[in-house]
Amino acid sequence: MSILFALSTDPIDAAALVAAVPCSRDGAVVSFAGVVRDHNDGLAVSALSYTAYEELARSEGETIVAEAIERFDVGDIRCVHRIGDLAVGDVAVVVAVAAAHRGPAFDACRYVIDEVKRRVPIWKKERAATGAGDDTERWVYPPEAQP
Amino acid sequence: MNRIRIRYFAELRDAAGVDEELAETDALGPAELYTELKTRHGFTLEPAALRVAVNDRFAAMDARLEDGDTVVFIPPVNGG
Repeated sequence: MSILFALSTDPIDAAALVAAVPCSRDGAVVSFAGVVRDHNDGLAVSALSYTAYEELARSEGETIVAEAIERFDVGDIRCVHRIGDLAVGDVAVVVAVAAAHRGPAFDACRYVIDEVKRRVPIWKKERAATGAGDDTERWVYPPEAQP
Repeated sequence: MNRIRIRYFAELRDAAGVDEELAETDALGPAELYTELKTRHGFTLEPAALRVAVNDRFAAMDARLEDGDTVVFIPPVNGG
Protein backbone atom coordinates (compact mmCIF):
# COMPACT_ATOMS: atom_id res chain seq x y z
CA MET A 1 0.00 0.00 0.00
CA SER A 2 1.53 3.33 -1.00
CA ILE A 3 1.55 6.21 1.43
CA LEU A 4 -0.52 9.05 0.01
CA PHE A 5 0.44 11.66 2.60
CA ALA A 6 3.70 11.84 4.53
CA LEU A 7 5.46 14.11 7.00
CA SER A 8 9.14 14.73 6.42
CA THR A 9 11.89 16.24 8.53
CA ASP A 10 14.17 16.27 5.48
CA PRO A 11 13.93 18.56 2.41
CA ILE A 12 11.18 17.33 0.09
CA ASP A 13 12.27 15.74 -3.18
CA ALA A 14 9.57 17.28 -5.36
CA ALA A 15 11.07 15.87 -8.56
CA ALA A 16 10.82 12.35 -7.17
CA LEU A 17 7.14 12.85 -6.29
CA VAL A 18 6.37 14.24 -9.75
CA ALA A 19 8.17 11.26 -11.31
CA ALA A 20 6.40 8.77 -9.05
CA VAL A 21 2.75 9.70 -9.68
CA PRO A 22 2.13 9.09 -13.39
CA CYS A 23 1.52 5.79 -15.13
CA SER A 24 1.25 5.24 -18.87
CA ARG A 25 -2.45 6.20 -18.93
CA ASP A 26 -1.73 9.69 -17.60
CA GLY A 27 -1.36 12.65 -19.92
CA ALA A 28 -1.09 15.28 -17.22
CA VAL A 29 1.01 15.75 -14.11
CA VAL A 30 0.28 18.78 -11.95
CA SER A 31 2.24 19.77 -8.88
CA PHE A 32 2.06 22.46 -6.22
CA ALA A 33 4.86 23.56 -3.92
CA GLY A 34 4.27 25.76 -0.85
CA VAL A 35 7.35 27.85 -0.21
CA VAL A 36 8.37 29.83 2.87
CA ARG A 37 7.97 33.54 2.11
CA ASP A 38 10.01 36.38 3.52
CA HIS A 39 6.99 38.42 4.66
CA ASN A 40 3.81 37.78 6.53
CA ASP A 41 1.36 40.29 8.04
CA GLY A 42 3.68 43.12 7.11
CA LEU A 43 6.62 41.70 9.09
CA ALA A 44 9.90 40.38 7.66
CA VAL A 45 10.07 36.66 8.32
CA SER A 46 13.50 35.17 8.90
CA ALA A 47 12.59 31.57 9.72
CA LEU A 48 9.73 29.35 10.71
CA SER A 49 9.02 25.94 12.15
CA TYR A 50 6.18 23.53 11.64
CA THR A 51 5.05 21.17 14.39
CA ALA A 52 2.49 18.43 13.95
CA TYR A 53 0.22 16.21 15.97
CA GLU A 54 1.74 13.47 13.92
CA GLU A 55 -0.65 10.59 14.35
CA LEU A 56 -3.69 12.66 13.39
CA ALA A 57 -1.82 14.66 10.75
CA ARG A 58 -0.88 11.47 8.93
CA SER A 59 -4.34 9.94 9.10
CA GLU A 60 -6.16 13.15 8.15
CA GLY A 61 -3.71 13.86 5.33
CA GLU A 62 -4.21 10.33 4.04
CA THR A 63 -7.98 10.81 4.24
CA ILE A 64 -7.79 14.05 2.25
CA VAL A 65 -5.70 12.55 -0.54
CA ALA A 66 -7.98 9.51 -0.69
CA GLU A 67 -10.99 11.88 -0.97
CA ALA A 68 -9.36 13.63 -3.91
CA ILE A 69 -8.63 10.34 -5.69
CA GLU A 70 -12.27 9.37 -5.17
CA ARG A 71 -13.83 12.70 -6.21
CA PHE A 72 -11.74 13.64 -9.23
CA ASP A 73 -10.98 11.67 -12.37
CA VAL A 74 -7.31 11.24 -11.48
CA GLY A 75 -4.74 8.52 -11.07
CA ASP A 76 -2.17 8.79 -8.32
CA ILE A 77 -1.72 11.65 -5.85
CA ARG A 78 1.08 12.16 -3.35
CA CYS A 79 1.51 14.87 -0.74
CA VAL A 80 4.46 15.48 1.56
CA HIS A 81 4.53 18.15 4.30
CA ARG A 82 7.74 19.26 5.95
CA ILE A 83 7.97 19.52 9.74
CA GLY A 84 10.77 21.10 11.78
CA ASP A 85 12.75 24.28 11.12
CA LEU A 86 12.61 25.92 7.70
CA ALA A 87 14.29 28.95 6.16
CA VAL A 88 12.92 31.46 3.66
CA GLY A 89 12.82 29.76 0.28
CA ASP A 90 12.45 26.24 1.66
CA VAL A 91 9.62 24.10 0.31
CA ALA A 92 7.09 23.39 3.07
CA VAL A 93 4.66 21.15 1.19
CA VAL A 94 4.38 19.43 -2.19
CA VAL A 95 1.29 17.97 -3.86
CA ALA A 96 1.73 15.94 -7.07
CA VAL A 97 -1.23 14.69 -9.12
CA ALA A 98 -1.33 12.51 -12.23
CA ALA A 99 -4.42 12.20 -14.42
CA ALA A 100 -5.40 11.35 -17.96
CA HIS A 101 -6.34 15.02 -18.49
CA ARG A 102 -5.22 18.31 -17.01
CA GLY A 103 -8.60 19.65 -15.83
CA PRO A 104 -9.14 17.05 -13.10
CA ALA A 105 -5.42 17.15 -12.25
CA PHE A 106 -5.55 20.88 -11.52
CA ASP A 107 -8.84 20.54 -9.61
CA ALA A 108 -7.57 17.68 -7.46
CA CYS A 109 -4.31 19.47 -6.71
CA ARG A 110 -6.21 22.57 -5.57
CA TYR A 111 -8.53 20.44 -3.46
CA VAL A 112 -5.68 18.65 -1.67
CA ILE A 113 -3.73 21.77 -0.73
CA ASP A 114 -6.86 23.64 0.32
CA GLU A 115 -8.04 20.79 2.54
CA VAL A 116 -4.57 20.14 3.98
CA LYS A 117 -4.37 23.78 5.02
CA ARG A 118 -7.84 23.66 6.51
CA ARG A 119 -7.84 20.30 8.32
CA VAL A 120 -4.45 18.79 9.04
CA PRO A 121 -3.14 19.40 12.61
CA ILE A 122 0.09 21.18 11.72
CA TRP A 123 1.04 24.53 13.30
CA LYS A 124 3.42 27.22 12.16
CA LYS A 125 5.69 29.25 14.41
CA GLU A 126 7.32 32.22 12.78
CA ARG A 127 10.43 34.19 13.65
CA ALA A 128 9.92 37.73 12.42
CA ALA A 129 11.45 41.16 12.87
CA THR A 130 9.39 43.32 15.20
CA GLY A 131 10.69 46.55 13.73
CA ALA A 132 12.29 47.47 17.05
CA GLY A 133 15.57 45.85 16.04
CA ASP A 134 14.90 42.36 17.40
CA ASP A 135 13.07 39.19 16.40
CA THR A 136 10.13 37.53 18.08
CA GLU A 137 8.69 34.08 17.69
CA ARG A 138 4.94 33.69 17.51
CA TRP A 139 2.41 31.07 16.55
CA VAL A 140 0.82 32.22 13.34
CA TYR A 141 -2.83 31.51 12.63
CA PRO A 142 -4.63 31.73 9.29
CA PRO A 143 -6.48 35.05 8.83
CA GLU A 144 -9.96 33.54 9.07
CA ALA A 145 -9.09 31.82 12.36
CA GLN A 146 -7.41 34.60 14.31
CA PRO A 147 -8.33 33.78 17.92
CA MET B 1 -13.62 10.14 38.07
CA ASN B 2 -11.94 9.34 34.77
CA ARG B 3 -8.21 9.32 34.21
CA ILE B 4 -7.59 11.22 30.98
CA ARG B 5 -4.29 11.75 29.18
CA ILE B 6 -4.05 15.20 27.60
CA ARG B 7 -1.41 15.98 24.97
CA TYR B 8 -0.53 19.58 24.22
CA PHE B 9 0.68 21.21 21.02
CA ALA B 10 1.64 24.66 19.81
CA GLU B 11 0.30 27.55 21.85
CA LEU B 12 -1.27 25.21 24.43
CA ARG B 13 2.03 23.35 24.85
CA ASP B 14 3.81 26.64 25.54
CA ALA B 15 1.20 27.72 28.10
CA ALA B 16 0.99 24.34 29.85
CA GLY B 17 4.77 23.92 29.89
CA VAL B 18 4.50 20.17 29.26
CA ASP B 19 3.94 17.88 26.29
CA GLU B 20 1.28 15.95 28.14
CA GLU B 21 -0.32 15.36 31.50
CA LEU B 22 -2.65 12.94 33.23
CA ALA B 23 -5.79 14.35 34.76
CA GLU B 24 -8.31 12.84 37.12
CA THR B 25 -11.53 14.53 36.17
CA ASP B 26 -15.29 14.43 36.49
CA ALA B 27 -15.62 16.24 33.18
CA LEU B 28 -18.16 14.43 31.00
CA GLY B 29 -16.75 15.72 27.74
CA PRO B 30 -13.91 17.68 26.18
CA ALA B 31 -15.67 21.03 26.60
CA GLU B 32 -15.88 20.64 30.38
CA LEU B 33 -12.36 19.26 30.51
CA TYR B 34 -11.03 22.27 28.62
CA THR B 35 -12.75 24.60 31.05
CA GLU B 36 -10.84 22.93 33.91
CA LEU B 37 -7.51 23.01 32.07
CA LYS B 38 -8.01 26.58 30.88
CA THR B 39 -8.37 27.69 34.48
CA ARG B 40 -5.44 25.59 35.66
CA HIS B 41 -2.98 26.68 32.96
CA GLY B 42 -4.29 30.12 32.06
CA PHE B 43 -4.95 29.25 28.41
CA THR B 44 -6.15 32.23 26.41
CA LEU B 45 -7.66 30.28 23.50
CA GLU B 46 -11.44 30.12 23.74
CA PRO B 47 -13.17 26.74 23.23
CA ALA B 48 -14.87 28.02 20.10
CA ALA B 49 -11.45 28.38 18.47
CA LEU B 50 -10.49 24.77 19.11
CA ARG B 51 -11.15 21.38 17.63
CA VAL B 52 -10.61 18.26 19.68
CA ALA B 53 -9.32 14.75 19.07
CA VAL B 54 -10.02 11.77 21.30
CA ASN B 55 -7.81 8.71 20.86
CA ASP B 56 -6.26 10.20 17.72
CA ARG B 57 -9.56 10.83 15.95
CA PHE B 58 -11.44 14.10 15.57
CA ALA B 59 -14.32 14.24 18.04
CA ALA B 60 -17.08 16.59 19.12
CA MET B 61 -16.60 18.87 22.08
CA ASP B 62 -19.59 17.16 23.70
CA ALA B 63 -18.33 13.62 23.10
CA ARG B 64 -18.49 11.32 26.11
CA LEU B 65 -15.07 10.72 27.67
CA GLU B 66 -14.09 7.27 28.93
CA ASP B 67 -11.46 6.31 31.48
CA GLY B 68 -8.08 6.04 29.80
CA ASP B 69 -8.92 8.27 26.81
CA THR B 70 -6.26 10.50 25.25
CA VAL B 71 -7.49 14.00 24.44
CA VAL B 72 -5.83 16.67 22.29
CA PHE B 73 -7.20 20.19 22.01
CA ILE B 74 -6.29 21.51 18.58
CA PRO B 75 -5.55 25.24 18.15
CA PRO B 76 -6.30 26.76 14.72
CA VAL B 77 -4.15 24.83 12.26
CA ASN B 78 -1.82 26.52 9.83
CA GLY B 79 -0.05 23.95 7.71
CA GLY B 80 0.48 24.13 3.98
